[in-house]
Amino acid sequence: MRRDKVFDFVEQKRLPFSGRRTVIPGEIDVTHGPILYLENISVSFDGFKALNDLTLYINDGELRCIIGPNGAGKTTMMDVITGKTRPDTGSAYFGQTMDLTRMSEYQIAHAGIGRKFQKPTIFPQHTIFENLELAMAADKRVWPTLFAKINTAQHEKIIEVMDTIGLTELCYERAAQLSHGQKQWLEIGMLLMQNPRVLLVDEPVAGMTHQEMDKTAELLKSLAGKHSVVVVEHDMDFVRSIASTVTVLHEGSVLAEGTMDEVQNNPKVIEVYLGE
Amino acid sequence: MARQPFIVDFLKNDKGGKIFVSILLVTMFVVPALNLLVPADSFFHVPTYTVTLLGKYLSYAMLAIALDLVWGYCGILSLGHAAFFALGGYAMGMYLMRQIGDRGVYGNTELPDFMVFLNWTELPWYWQGFDMFWFAMIMVILVPGLLALVFGWLAFRARVTGVYLSIITQALTYALLLAFFMNELGFGGNNGLTDFKDILGYDLQADTTRVSLFFLSALFLILTYFLCRFIITSKLGRVVVAIRDAEDRTRFIGYKVESFKLWIFVLSAMIAGVAGALFVPQVGIINPGEFSPLNSIELVVWVAIGGRATLYGAALGAVIVNYSKSYLTAAFPEVWLFALGGLFLLVTIFMPKGVIGLWNQMRLKLQGKKQPIAENKIE
Amino acid sequence: MTLSSRKNIQILLSLIFIAMLSAGYSAAALADSIEPKTETSVAIVISFEVATASLTAGSYSDREQVIKKLYTVDDERVLPVLQQMLKSKLYYIKKTKQLVFIKKIDGSYKTTSILNNEDAGLFEKNKLKKVKVNNKLRRLLRGYIAQLGLKSTDDAVRKAAVKQLLKNINAETIAVLQVLDKKETNSSIKELVAAGVSIWNLSSNDKATQLASIKALSKSLVPEVKLKLQEIIEDTEDATIKKAAISSLKKIDSKISIFGFLENLVFGLSLGSVLLLIAVGLAITFGVMGVINMAHGELMMLGAYTTFVVQQMLPNHITASIFISIPLAFLVAGAFGVAIERFVIRYLYGRPLETLLATFGISLILQQLVRSVFGPTNQAVQTPAFMSGSLEINSIFAITYNRLYIFIFAIVVLLLLMLILKKTRLGLQVRAVSQNRTMAKAMGVKSEWVDAMTFGLGSGIAGVAGVALSQLTNVGPNLGQAYIIDSFMVVVFGGVGNLLGTFVGAMSLGVFNKFLEPWSGAVLAKILVLVFIILFIQKRPRGLFPKKGRGVED
Repeated sequence: MRRDKVFDFVEQKRLPFSGRRTVIPGEIDVTHGPILYLENISVSFDGFKALNDLTLYINDGELRCIIGPNGAGKTTMMDVITGKTRPDTGSAYFGQTMDLTRMSEYQIAHAGIGRKFQKPTIFPQHTIFENLELAMAADKRVWPTLFAKINTAQHEKIIEVMDTIGLTELCYERAAQLSHGQKQWLEIGMLLMQNPRVLLVDEPVAGMTHQEMDKTAELLKSLAGKHSVVVVEHDMDFVRSIASTVTVLHEGSVLAEGTMDEVQNNPKVIEVYLGE
Repeated sequence: MARQPFIVDFLKNDKGGKIFVSILLVTMFVVPALNLLVPADSFFHVPTYTVTLLGKYLSYAMLAIALDLVWGYCGILSLGHAAFFALGGYAMGMYLMRQIGDRGVYGNTELPDFMVFLNWTELPWYWQGFDMFWFAMIMVILVPGLLALVFGWLAFRARVTGVYLSIITQALTYALLLAFFMNELGFGGNNGLTDFKDILGYDLQADTTRVSLFFLSALFLILTYFLCRFIITSKLGRVVVAIRDAEDRTRFIGYKVESFKLWIFVLSAMIAGVAGALFVPQVGIINPGEFSPLNSIELVVWVAIGGRATLYGAALGAVIVNYSKSYLTAAFPEVWLFALGGLFLLVTIFMPKGVIGLWNQMRLKLQGKKQPIAENKIE
Repeated sequence: MTLSSRKNIQILLSLIFIAMLSAGYSAAALADSIEPKTETSVAIVISFEVATASLTAGSYSDREQVIKKLYTVDDERVLPVLQQMLKSKLYYIKKTKQLVFIKKIDGSYKTTSILNNEDAGLFEKNKLKKVKVNNKLRRLLRGYIAQLGLKSTDDAVRKAAVKQLLKNINAETIAVLQVLDKKETNSSIKELVAAGVSIWNLSSNDKATQLASIKALSKSLVPEVKLKLQEIIEDTEDATIKKAAISSLKKIDSKISIFGFLENLVFGLSLGSVLLLIAVGLAITFGVMGVINMAHGELMMLGAYTTFVVQQMLPNHITASIFISIPLAFLVAGAFGVAIERFVIRYLYGRPLETLLATFGISLILQQLVRSVFGPTNQAVQTPAFMSGSLEINSIFAITYNRLYIFIFAIVVLLLLMLILKKTRLGLQVRAVSQNRTMAKAMGVKSEWVDAMTFGLGSGIAGVAGVALSQLTNVGPNLGQAYIIDSFMVVVFGGVGNLLGTFVGAMSLGVFNKFLEPWSGAVLAKILVLVFIILFIQKRPRGLFPKKGRGVED
């Protein structure tokens, strides 16, 4: 299963990669099943081990839920995948070939990993339309951006996503005026605009009503298959409603993995969640 | 839903900008006419001194717009922007120095007076070429731009942000201040560059030259406004604001934030350089004092007073504060620092949106609208 | 909880105050008791008076005679008169012909009688007349002063006199030195004398003597020795002598370079201690509270002016005034700090850039305030006796006492501050608030009060730093501006929120600066340091000792 054990030459292939290597979307090699390979990753802050020898694989097209108590390392794991935090040891690969630890945030985003933050992060001074336009997959270098124009196809895509997240009527309102739940939706919409292979979604339903939650579950489920979706969530009902596979993190490494039922009956998990 | 071309958008949506440009267009023609065509004893005559003073304010306004571009829109509070202004000024000053030729005190055709005074025998390499106007003008843009490029590349790549960046920019201008004070550097040390005679063969003291310089300052201010307006209404402008409001988010949707910051920072430095080059022939001197950190911070207050992220607000602030400064330092020299200090407090605590923000608020109240519509809406 | 914590800090503050005060008084008493007392006898007074009285009249040649006569008078007061005359600071009051020393105060002159050192009143310049000297008289005076100096009971005066004599070595001076050497007990003066004798022996005709003295000189660090050896190397035709001289010179040079290194190190640490004093207050406000206080330099200036005011009120107790100034400056600057926090900064939390601008505005106001109250010119703050002079290790290496004491003082302040943060309830609350404001609030910490106190503490330390600075530089309205950028550099370099980082940052920047200076010049050194920091934050954007963690960037 380990990525570098599938073929011997993969190990040697690591060196030539550098952060400057231009990455072309679509080059992602998922021929062995997993799209994300996290192997033996450790991260520590001032002696505190946020991630401790974490090994985790996410399959292509999978919808995976990650749960775990506070401080289990869920957000740090996302930071590592998106290039915000560099691991002290271990490797993180996107497909067979892309070394995430050597790519910067924007390169990872280009390569096809999108991320929704725990706290909804949108551009408050921009309209909904502009928020989506900015996120849209396009040439994101400086000069092309200066002279960028929206073509009809792009315009339609924005309209379509706005429909999906139910914010069409608020199209020209500034994002700062949205409610918390709407902001969550907008951020998910921005993810969709990026059209990524992997979506990392951190606590998507915090601050949502039950109807909104159901809608979100619906949306995430519909995304799986075409995209791989990794959801970090505290709300167990929500997790139960969407997940096929659940991974439990505890103190920076994987404690258990399986279906929701398996996990819930796992004595180690019960101990962590309920105490002795 | 397709976006309108720039000019259509300007005429349709940029109300403040239209007023701003119209005022500039009027003064640009009326003031020179009142100076040159109206007899000196007439009530309507504008003295040359006033024309020059106005020209100075306009170059300051341009500098303020340059800062507004990076601070108001991109959130980079540069406390060293006057350094770029001064560098542009020095480049222009070097050209003007070379134009003096053998009319200096020592009558040396090649060397400026201060070099003769220091017993230098030949022109340093970096003074070569400044006898040509076109070369000097390229340097006016290139030198500040290059400094901004190197400094910005270092700072943004290392993700130095917020107050850290402000302090480092202040250190930058402070270092330049110290450097330009040194005689050995070859920029006239303490005294700077002065005693200019003429520009492109026109006497700098002549009314016509001064009026032309004023006219050019106004023209360049308008062009700067259009350029900046074009940028901020483009998609790049929206990315820049996005960086200001949520830098991480911008990065994670695939923009290389460092490049955008660097681009806007370098552009801003170049505009500041041009402003400095317009400033120097009008005031007739450039010295290391222009690098003083105080100048850069004062500049921040111009922008804050006028209103951030409005462009014309920054220009307005520059004129208001500098007019008050001219008035107060002459009438009540004791009061000026109190007033300036008070302005800092006033603008940060009570009117964070500046005069323009205040104006919008008042207008909305008069119209009885409930929802505030920000003038800096970027559409 | 808040009551007890408030009491806690009150007790702490008063303890500091009392400790500083009592230390001040005992030191002052000590300084007074060791001041030299003048002994006079009736017979001498008459001749001194007679001799000096005729200085007010006559030509230069008359005056020459008077000086020669004065030289023979055995009186402690002769030396100061000759010295002041050499400096053209000996005057007489036109009306009474009374001879006086003068000191300029606010445009007029304070005079003291040369006879009994008593105050002779304030005069306008035109009421006074200088006792003029020409170059011939100056030469004479210099010689006499040196000779008289040799008789002085004060080691420092004697030493200066010997040094003066070494500049012009001849048979006569050597004779004088050898006479002195017999009575002399001070080892460093004996060393000087020995060096002088060896230099003299170099010009003997006996080669053995020459070689011996060249060898002896290799141990001496007196500047004249080096000059003399260089002279010999250039002039001599004798190969052995030349060789010996070169080897001696080499030995001297290597010693000089070692001491040069030490000197740079000491100067660097001294500059570092000043930076530390300034930056440690910033480390509190910037590091702990995240507030950029651009008025920090001006709070320092207030501390320096406090020293000035205290000295004006206690003109006769300079030593005591310094020690009173320390707690007072702490209180004055601290009070200003609390006021700034309460009236301005608290409206701006979470908006660091606005805070920066607002505090800059305050700095301008404070500058203009002292300019309006005290005038735009620099004020003279006097150095207490125990801080003047220097600790001489040898003839090329000396540490001035003020630098030494300020170094110690900086360390004490740092330790005290660490103690406050580590051991007191306020410290605990400060750390709690800085780590998690909401949580601390929920636990019952009055975060607003803690903010005000923390800011007051940082500001108070700025005031204390101002007292130290008043001993090193001019006290004027621009005092604060001169240091603010440097001190921010220290904090940025050392890493925010870490006193240890501030210490290491200050010291290394100070030393770095001083080692660059001889090589590049003071201005360029400063520029290089700034450039270095800009490059340094490339590698470590959060300083030497950064805070790490997930939430740091927000």
